[in-house]
Amino acid sequence: MTDGVGVELENLWIRFGEFVAVRDASVNINGGDFFSFLGPSGCGKTTILRAVSGFLQPSEGRVLIGGRDMAGIGPNKRPTALIFQNLALFPLMKVWENITFSMEVRGASASERRRRADELLEMIALEGQGNKLPGELSGGQKQRVAIARALCAEPDVLLLDEPLSALDLKLRQHMRTELRAIQQRVGITFIYITHDQGEALTMSDNVAVMRAGVIEQIGTGHAIYDLPATPFVASFVGENNVFRGKVLEVKGDEALIRTNRSGDLLAQITPAARGVLKVGDDAMMFVRPEAFSLVDDAGAHAGKSLTARVVNEEFEGNSYSVFLESEGGKRIKMSLPNVGQERVVSTGDDLILKYELRNAVAMPAGELASE
Amino acid sequence: MARPRLFAEYFRTNGRFLGITMMLLVGFWIIVLILLPQLSMLDFSFRYNLPPAEQGGPKDVYTLDNYRHLIYGAGGGEGSYNTVDLMVFGRTILAAMAVTVADLILCYPLAYYLGQSRGSGFVRLLVVLLIIPYWINEILRAFAFRIIFADGGIINAAMMGLGLIDQPIDFIRADIALYTGLGYAYILLMLFPMYNAIESLDRNQIEAARDMGASWVHIHRRIVIPHAKPGISSGMTMVFMLSAGALAAPQILGGPSSLWFTQLVYQWFNNSLNWQQGSAYAIVLLMASIAIVLTFMKIFRVNMGDIGK
Ligand SMILES: Nc1ncnc2c1ncn2[C@@H]1O[C@H](COP(=O)(O)OP(=O)(O)O)[C@@H](O)[C@H]1O
Ligand SMILES: [Mg+2]
Repeated sequence: MTDGVGVELENLWIRFGEFVAVRDASVNINGGDFFSFLGPSGCGKTTILRAVSGFLQPSEGRVLIGGRDMAGIGPNKRPTALIFQNLALFPLMKVWENITFSMEVRGASASERRRRADELLEMIALEGQGNKLPGELSGGQKQRVAIARALCAEPDVLLLDEPLSALDLKLRQHMRTELRAIQQRVGITFIYITHDQGEALTMSDNVAVMRAGVIEQIGTGHAIYDLPATPFVASFVGENNVFRGKVLEVKGDEALIRTNRSGDLLAQITPAARGVLKVGDDAMMFVRPEAFSLVDDAGAHAGKSLTARVVNEEFEGNSYSVFLESEGGKRIKMSLPNVGQERVVSTGDDLILKYELRNAVAMPAGELASE
Repeated sequence: MARPRLFAEYFRTNGRFLGITMMLLVGFWIIVLILLPQLSMLDFSFRYNLPPAEQGGPKDVYTLDNYRHLIYGAGGGEGSYNTVDLMVFGRTILAAMAVTVADLILCYPLAYYLGQSRGSGFVRLLVVLLIIPYWINEILRAFAFRIIFADGGIINAAMMGLGLIDQPIDFIRADIALYTGLGYAYILLMLFPMYNAIESLDRNQIEAARDMGASWVHIHRRIVIPHAKPGISSGMTMVFMLSAGALAAPQILGGPSSLWFTQLVYQWFNNSLNWQQGSAYAIVLLMASIAIVLTFMKIFRVNMGDIGK
C-alpha cells in the first residue's frame, strides 16, 4: 500500500478569470492507491487532473507528488502519465509506435522499442497487432493501447480522464475489471476521473466526490455509499429516498426527525455532522430503496417504520422496484430482491416498511444532486 | 468495386436532376475550358509557324523544331546551346522553388498559431486582416511594391533615415522586389490549407506527446507536420505552380536584365506572333512544373487522395 508514489493536493484553488473551477481542494492520495474523483460533468474533475499532470498551474495551493512540490515543473518533467478523455492516440503512427512514443522521445533504438512494444502488447492481449494503425482497432482495443502507451513511460502515477466513457455498457464493465487488474499488477498510483458512480465504487480504494469545484467527501466506496457526508453525495451516489424535516431530538449519534410527510423517523447522524446537527435544525435523512423491508406490524419498529400505498411496481430482473406513496403524499421507492417468489405486492396494497437504524443517515439540509 | 457505389451514393444524395447537371457542368469545365485549349496548345507546339496561306498545305506537318529551339537556339546546330533561354528556364524554376520554401517557412508558425488558438474572436479578426489586402487587384499590389521598393521608396528612405545605408539599394535590379512580390502574391494560398489542416489537429495529441516528454521540435516533427502534410503539400503545389507561371509580378517587379520564363512565352505569342513556338515553351514549363510537383510528392510520400481532404 505504501510502496507507490503518493499525491497530495494542499488547499488547491484553480480559477479561470472570475470563475472558480476548483475551490480549496485538499486530498491525500496514498501511493499505490486506485483513487477516483467522482462528480457530475463540469464539476472540475478534469481541471484537477490537469493540475496534477502539469498542464495547468494552480491559482493557489500546492500539488505534491511523492512529497515533492510540483510548482513550475512541466508536464514532460513529472512522473505522471495522462490518459485523455478521447485517448488522443496518434492516428498516423502504428500501434507499436504509439505505445513506445515515450521511448522514442528518449532516443531508444527501434529494436529496443519493438521489444518493449511486444511485451506491452502481450499485457493488453493485443499480440501481433503492433503494425496496425489505431483507426483499425475497436474501441476497447484503442482503450488498451492508450493504457499501454501511458504505462510504457513507466510513470509513478497514472491519470485517467473518464477513459471508459466512449465505450458501450458491456465493454465498460469488462474494462473496469481489467483496469483494476492492471493497476494491481503494476502497483502504481491510479487517479481516475468519472461521472459514473458505478465505476468509482467498483474500482477504487478511495473516492472523492465533487460538486461545483468543491470536494464534498473523501472515503472508501463503502463509507461514501453508506455514510454520505452531504445531501449531494447521498443523492448523487446510488439511489436514495430523501426525507426532509426538522430535528426533534438528538441522542448521542442518533437523531429523531419530524419529517414533513412521513411522521417521526429515527436515523444515525452522519459522522461529518455529529455535534453540528442540533435540535430544531432543518435536516434531511436518507434511506436507500434496498434498505427497506416489509413487516406485518409496525409496533416493534417504532420510529423506524412507515406505512405507504403501492402506486406502481417494476420488474428489473434481479429485483422489483416498488413505488409507494405515504399517507402524507411522500413518494418512496423500495427495492425487493427477486428470490423467485410470485409477485410480492400489488398496486393499491397498504404496506408497512421498516429499516434498520444503521441504514438511515441524517444530516443538515442542503442541495441535492439534480437528476 | 467502390466505383459504382460511389456513383449510386452521389445520385442518391444529389438527386438525378441536380446530379446530372453538376456532372455536365464539371464536364464542360474540364473539357471545354481546360482540356481543349491545352490540347490545341499541344497541337500548336508541334507545328511550323507558317503564313496563313500555307496552313493546312503540304508544308504543314508535325515537327519537334519548336522544342529543339529551346535547347539549341535558332541555329538548331547541335553543340551550341540556347543558353539564354535555358538559363531563364532554370532560374524561373529555382526561384519559384525558393519562393515556395520561403512562404512555407513564413506561414508555418503563423498557421500553427492560428490553427491551435481556435475559437477566439481575436484570431478570426487576424485572419480577416490577412485577407483584406487580397481585395486589391494583383497588378495594383505589384505596383505598390514597386513604389515601396523604389530608390526614393519608403524602405530606402527609412533605411537611409536610420543611417543603415547611405546609397539607396536598387531592390528592383537585385530582384529583391520580385521575390518579395511573388512571395507575397501567393502567401495566403500557403497559409490557408495549412491553417485548415492544423486546425483539425486534436489539441490533446499535442498535450499527450508533451506529457510523454516530447520536445517542441519532436512534437512538430512527429505530430503536427505529418498531420498537416496534405495541407502543406497543397499549399506548396499552388504557390510553386502560380509563382512559376506568374506574369504580372515579373513584368512589373523584375529587373531589366532578368527575365521570367513566362515573359519569354509572352514574347513569342505577342511580340514575335509565333504561337507555335510560344506553345512549345508553355508546354515545357507546364510539364516541368507538374513533374517537379509529382517528384516532391513522391519523395515526401503525399497521396493525391489526401490533398482533397
Ligand atoms: N480553460 C478554461 N477556461 C475557462 N473555463 C474552463 C477552462 N477549463 C475548464 N473550465 C470550466 O471549469 C469547469 C470545470 O471543467 P472540467 O474540469 O473540465 O469539468 P469536468 O468535471 O467535467 O471534467 C467547467 O465549468 C468548465 O467550463
Ligand atoms: Mg472532464
